[in-house]
This record gives sequence, C-alpha cells and structure tokens, in this order.
Amino acid sequence: MKLLTHNLLSSHVPGLRPGGGFPLRIEVREGKCEGRDPPETPPVPAPPSPLRGRGRLVEIPLLPFSLPPEPLPDYEANEEFLRRLHHVLLEVEVLEGSLQCPDSGRRFPISRGVPNMLLTEEEA
Amino acid sequence: LYGGQFSSEQEIHVNSPFWILSIPSEEMARGLMKRTVCAKSIFELWGHGRSAGELYESLKNYPTDKMLPYLQSDSTYKIHIHTFNKTLTQAQKIKKIDALEFLPFKGKVNLKTPEHIFWILEDYGMNPNDVPEEPIHLYFGRWIADGQRELIESYSVKKRHFIGNTSMDACLSFIMANHARVKPNDIVYDPFVGTGGLLISSAHFGAYVCGTDIDYNTIHGLGKASRKNQKWRGPDENIRANLRQYGLEKYYLDALVADFSRPIWRKGMLFDAIITDPPYGIREAPRRMGSQKETVKSAEKSTENHFFISSSYHLSDIFFDLLKFGAEYLVMGGRLVYWLPIYRPEYTEEIIPRHPCLKLISNCEQMLSSHTSRRLITMEKVKEFKDQDENSYLLDGQYLPYRGHNSFREKYFSGVTKRIAKEEKDNQK
Repeated sequence: MKLLTHNLLSSHVPGLRPGGGFPLRIEVREGKCEGRDPPETPPVPAPPSPLRGRGRLVEIPLLPFSLPPEPLPDYEANEEFLRRLHHVLLEVEVLEGSLQCPDSGRRFPISRGVPNMLLTEEEA
Repeated sequence: LYGGQFSSEQEIHVNSPFWILSIPSEEMARGLMKRTVCAKSIFELWGHGRSAGELYESLKNYPTDKMLPYLQSDSTYKIHIHTFNKTLTQAQKIKKIDALEFLPFKGKVNLKTPEHIFWILEDYGMNPNDVPEEPIHLYFGRWIADGQRELIESYSVKKRHFIGNTSMDACLSFIMANHARVKPNDIVYDPFVGTGGLLISSAHFGAYVCGTDIDYNTIHGLGKASRKNQKWRGPDENIRANLRQYGLEKYYLDALVADFSRPIWRKGMLFDAIITDPPYGIREAPRRMGSQKETVKSAEKSTENHFFISSSYHLSDIFFDLLKFGAEYLVMGGRLVYWLPIYRPEYTEEIIPRHPCLKLISNCEQMLSSHTSRRLITMEKVKEFKDQDENSYLLDGQYLPYRGHNSFREKYFSGVTKRIAKEEKDNQK
C-alpha cells in the first residue's frame, strides 16, 4: 500500500461519528522505500504531484524525514517540497502491517502490500 | 482533450472505410491520432471524387499555395497507393501514380526516407464477391499521422501475464480510456478491477491507477488460472506485474480488497475518472458482503483468517451504487465509463441509469448475441454532489429491468433454456 492510497482511505465500520474514521493509523511490520532520501537525489525534474491540493498530510511512522503537517501555502511552486511529497506518497510502501480505525480500533490487515478493507458479516 | 471541435463534412457512409473530417489544425489531427485505436491513418485531403476524372478535377481546384510548401524542389517525397477491397499489380499502380503528373511535384523521389508522403486511396466497396472494375471513390492527400492500432496488438490479452475470465479486450480498453479522457497524472479508479485490464490503457496514457475488488484471490493472484492449459496462477500474477510487463509500473497506485457497496474512501473528489466493467453474472458472479447464511456463494478463508461470505449483489444496486459513487467522488468534469448489459427486446433509452450530477455523454452498443448486448456508457460530472438527498432521483422504476438478482443472467440464457425445453418436447414425441 502506498501512502497516497492511505491518504484517500477511511474506515467504514458502521456507526462512526460523521467525519470519523480518518486518518487510519498505520502499523508497519514490513515496509519498502524506493529511491533515497530526496535531498540526496540528483536534481531530476520532479514529476508533478498527483496530490493537487486535495490531500491532508498525516503522521506516518515510516518516513525517513519529516514533512510539515499541512501543505505549505505556496507548495505548488516549491519543488523541494513536491519532490519530498512525491517520494512519500508514491515511493514509500507498507507491505505487511495493518490500518487501524482511529475511532473503533478495528484493524484492516495489509498483506503483501494489499490492504483488506472487508468487514466480517457480523460487523457489516 | 486537445481542446478543439471537429465536424464531419460528409454524411457518414456506414460501410466506408474512409471518413472525411474537418479538423481546425494539423496539430489537433496529430493529437487525435496519438489517442485513437479506431483509425489507421489521417491525411490532409487534397482532392477526391467518384471517378479518376473527378479526382483530378478536384485536385486541380485545390489551392496551389496550400500544396507548394510540400512540393519544394529541395524536399523529398513518395507516393503510395492503397486500394480497399482490391489488389492491383505493380504496373497498374505505377500507371495511377504517373497519372498525377499534372501536380507540380518539384522535389526528389525518395522511397526510403521521404519528408512528405502522399497517398492515393481507392475504395472498391465492401463486397469482396462483387469488386467493381473501377473504384467507387478516390482520395488523394498528404499523410499526417498513423493511429494507435498497433497498441491493440502489443497490449493483447493473449500475451498478458495476468488475466481473468472477463479480462477486457485491449482495443475496448483503450476506447474506454479515451472516452474517459484520461490524461497524464490523472487518478483513475476501477471499483471492479479484477485483473486490472482496464487500468493498463489508462496507465499507458500516463494516469495513476488504482482498483478494488471483493475477490481476495484475484487481487493476490491466487487460485485457478483462467488461461487454457494452465491450472494454477503463478507466484507473480497480479495487477502490478501486468503494468510492469508494459513498463508502466510507476503508474501503479494500489489494488485493494474491498466491497464496492461499502464506503472505504474518505469524502471528497478523489478521482479524475472511473472506468469499470461491473460483473453482470454471466462469467463472473456479482457479489458483495452478505448478511444471510443461506446465500453463501463462496466462503473463502484468507491468510489473515478472515472468514467472509459474499452474497448476491443485485445488478440494479450495482448501477445505483456506481452512479452515486461517481457523482460523489469524481472531480468536476471527471468521467464515469462503464458497460451496461442490455436485453435487446426490452431496451429503450430510458433504462440507462441517470443521476442529476452526471450527464450522459455517449452510449455505444456492442452485440453479444441476437438478444443481448452491452452498452458502453460515458457520463460526465456536471454538478457538485450534495449529500444523500439526491438519491431519490435515482429510484423510480428506472431500474426495473435489473430488479432481482441475476435477472440479466436469466434473460441471457432464456434462449438456451427455451431451446432445451423444445428439444426435450421433441424427444418425447
């Protein structure tokens, strides 16, 4: 699971308060990080970020460096920031672990990089 | 997509392989051909007519100043001839090319790497058993660009690593991506992703792709193989490996195991396009998480000792959910492209599901059998989604033909069941 996907997912356990269930807490048993810490990478043209101002950045235990909690005001012109963001959203992956609903505590397991968002029939 | 309109100057001859369009610029024509898988080549038309005489007459009327830039003495050119539904001998071809002498060609002929290529196109009709002596229509023009026909071959399902029972034909998958106007850096989502065939064409056009499916085994590439002569799926059969096969892995976002009838996405306009082929119960059963024990269709034990049961998912509910999902999660102007199965004797425009936030853009038919077909529906989001109250529009009898689980399946097989019944009767006599 890439962190971009995590940024779009929400828990869907029945009976959540409105707007609840987001962001899901990430628990990592095994992760993968492609490329290196962006400050060390040579200055290649940064791919445009697919985030386009829709996202909300969250605290992620896997990151090799820190990101500001919210997008910077002029982030679309800030190449350094975009590059870091691209790295975080598309090159960092959770292979084994789980996503935990912040409200109900329900865990959605991630195995071989694939989150399983199904609920059991009792829950649904 | 390339920001322009073009119009058809000609009444569409249903059975002609040639089509005259009026396109504002050469740039746009090239753009169009970068995307289409339905057209072979595009030419700047210099003249045409119903007979050789008419063609020459028409060519003589083509403004010389438009021709001259391509006929300069320091340029190189060659002339091709293409005959539709007839094969000419080399001598006949040369004769026809020589007949164009009256055009002011000043450049040198270069057959290998010409700067400009001209084509004579001759249409001998559609009937291979009744080929006329002379062509019914002739065209002459300057070649501009070829379409993307070769993609159909290079992305063919036959050579793909990971396929399922209902993997989409490569050509149709490209048509769907074009209908959805997929652009670089879009996010494209398929809620019934299966083996991800529909996402490949979008990734080819530079969009980031993700998908969900309820089938744990499919997403993880486990279980029985769909390919002939192969019993079980190999260790690396998954959507990601498919994209890797075409060098498109960087456009892979994620594949998730999820139930489309449950809201796993946070609220917001997340997707630029939704492209999908919902299961309609012929080769893959529609299902969602169930609540009744007796509807156990498949109980699968996943590695996380998750025990889940799928129950039937009514077609009407699938389309209801799909439109609502599109209305809510698409960006403004984003498109929803999906297949709708049709029982032809009952088909009317009215049964196409509608939503106040989505405008119907196109509706094309692909025949499946004499009484069934599927329609490729393209809708565009034109209005902001406002909470639950808009659901009410959707109800109202529109979905009646899809009421009841597997109603389409029953109709699909109705011909067969009748025939069997008849045969049985005959046997009894």
